[in-house]
Amino acid sequence: MEIVVLLKQVPATESLIEIADDGVSIKSDDIKWVINPYDEFAVEEALRIKEAHEGSVSILSVGSEKTVEAIRTALAMGADKGILVNVPDGDVYDGLTTARILSAVLKETPFDMIIAGQRAVDDDNFQVGPATAEFLNIPHISMVIKQEIANGKIKCHRTVEGGTAILETPLPVLFTTQRGINEPRYASLPGIMKAKKKPIDMKTITDIGLDPATVGKPLTKIVSLKTPPERKGGIMIEGDSAQAKAVKIVKILHEEAKVL
Amino acid sequence: MDFDLTKEQEMIRREVRKFAQSEIAPVASELDEKEEFSAEVTRKMGEIGLFGMFVSEKYDGQDMDYLSYIIAVEEIARVDGSQAATVAAGNSLGIGPIYYFGTEEQKKKYLPKLCSGEGLWGFGLTEPTAGSDAGGSKTTAVKDGNEWVLNGSKIFITNAACELSMGVTVQAVTGTRPSGKPEYTCFLVEHGTPGFKAVPMHKKMMWRASDTAELYFDDVKIPENNILGLPGDGFHQMLATLDGGRLSIAAMGLGGSQGAYEAALKYAKNRVQFGQPICKFQAVAFKLADCALEIECARNLLYKACWLKDHQRSFEKEAAMAKLYCSELMGRVANHAVQIHGGYGLMKEYNVERFYRDQKLLDIGEGTSEVQRIVISRYIGC
Ligand SMILES: Cc1cc2nc3c(=O)[nH]c(=O)nc-3n(C[C@H](O)[C@H](O)[C@H](O)COP(=O)(O)OP(=O)(O)OC[C@H]3O[C@@H](n4cnc5c(N)ncnc54)[C@H](O)[C@@H]3O)c2cc1C
Repeated sequence: MEIVVLLKQVPATESLIEIADDGVSIKSDDIKWVINPYDEFAVEEALRIKEAHEGSVSILSVGSEKTVEAIRTALAMGADKGILVNVPDGDVYDGLTTARILSAVLKETPFDMIIAGQRAVDDDNFQVGPATAEFLNIPHISMVIKQEIANGKIKCHRTVEGGTAILETPLPVLFTTQRGINEPRYASLPGIMKAKKKPIDMKTITDIGLDPATVGKPLTKIVSLKTPPERKGGIMIEGDSAQAKAVKIVKILHEEAKVL
Repeated sequence: MDFDLTKEQEMIRREVRKFAQSEIAPVASELDEKEEFSAEVTRKMGEIGLFGMFVSEKYDGQDMDYLSYIIAVEEIARVDGSQAATVAAGNSLGIGPIYYFGTEEQKKKYLPKLCSGEGLWGFGLTEPTAGSDAGGSKTTAVKDGNEWVLNGSKIFITNAACELSMGVTVQAVTGTRPSGKPEYTCFLVEHGTPGFKAVPMHKKMMWRASDTAELYFDDVKIPENNILGLPGDGFHQMLATLDGGRLSIAAMGLGGSQGAYEAALKYAKNRVQFGQPICKFQAVAFKLADCALEIECARNLLYKACWLKDHQRSFEKEAAMAKLYCSELMGRVANHAVQIHGGYGLMKEYNVERFYRDQKLLDIGEGTSEVQRIVISRYIGC
């Protein structure tokens, strides 16, 4: 089973995010970068499939030089090799462009299965997985919480509003992960040392047969970024009894908040 | 000059931090409260590779540099002193002497199990009447045919009386040197050897989830090939072990400082008094600023000492400095952290009281602060 995991490096959720002076990007100086959490599920799932069915796990990423760190972490978890399409730091691609780049690489890479996170937690686009599958003309199942592979087919459980849907498709397939699919392992310290010797294939946009001039022009453009409004402090409702407090709340909701 | 860690070192920090946060943090307080050593946590630490970090792959070690090991200890100590003690003593005192001084046969026999975390090994130097004055050991070994007969006792020996303990390295007097001073030899004594008894010590103030033991040797017969390295090398082996071990105690001081500081900073930003977060009061802010400053100094000092060791340069003076500074720093930081937490800082729900207690050992173990000052003053020519 040849498995490719699509992986993005994103700011750690605990990082303090500040909007840069240009108003359309974030300040990246003090940010800690990690594997997109949904992609970490994808790496773990790929490793489990490999453990059950043999084969190999490749990590494919589009990003700047520093993305190597995220790929190395996945290699330290147990993946076998990495491919980085190295693009200039600061270049921003929309989901479709990223999918176009990834699929260009994948057209030259043998695979039985592609696993991606359902979305990247930085731009929350939900597009790259499905779009890549479309470009490759293979089936796609999103938000998977469980999968079973047998006889060249995969059966996936995905959450739908209020329940679970079970879908089946022949391989090759691309599926995306949903929280709950697994608990990603730690990269063990021996794993980190082994990862040092695993290959990472560095490619440029030109190497994969695309034109940097057109790829660099995404179809959508970020016009502005805004942080969510700061939460105002809460109001403590004083009162002798629960009843008295309830009366006050109703009064506030009616007269001040004007929601009743 | 390069202040960046390598990619691997960064990754080690990140992974060990993640591990400590999800596997140790949730149980640290309870194990401390119950005064319970956890074999389960130790095995988990073994699984991710926290034992045998500086040991070559040949003996199933991780083949990393010393700084990587120190970063790992630091990250565990950031969350819990007891587990950091198990790792630091396991590596520096348990694995270290066998790896550095053991015969090929001894290394092959013991290291793989110790590097996987399946087994722990103790380091028996301190005796009831010989602490700082380790040259005053009274435990003796007398040769009898092909065997040695060991008599005496040891105290405060880490990792020596828990279910994972496999044995201890014991320093014993084996004769007199031409100078008239005692000659020491180290012996590898396996658990289960008749006459050897290891008894857990309880009612500790600190490191309550780390295993500490009293050892008794009553006519214990040890085969000749269980001498660690060469006969007569014991004192030198013990001193060299302590030089490396100091770096790991320093790492515990640094990591503990970092943990206590982070807790204090977070608390100070959230706790409101007189209408504002208490970190806005200069008296609180300056305490935190001092902590941040000193932690930065401590880290640079410790990492430099490790860098010297990793480059086969002499590092003994810097190791003593780092041990002294990082240990005492954690005292100051933990004290500030409790103070900033006010009354809550004295309660067990807030971890800073555990850091406050755990710190005190660092001023005492592997050479007291006074002894470090003696070492440093010798190096500077006093
Ligand atoms: C939890 C724990 C774990 C330990 N683990 C181990 C272990 O695994 N292996 C091991 O061998 N030991 C271990 N120890 C022992 C530890 O290393 C000793 O406690 C330490 O070396 C100090 O010895 P002591 O307690 O006998 O104090 P003493 O040496 O009696 O010192 C008492 C006081 O006198 C001061 N003092 C002594 N001599 C001088 C001097 N020349 N000048 C100035 N001041 C001096 C000391 O600094 C100290 O303040 C451990 C101890 C503890 C508490």
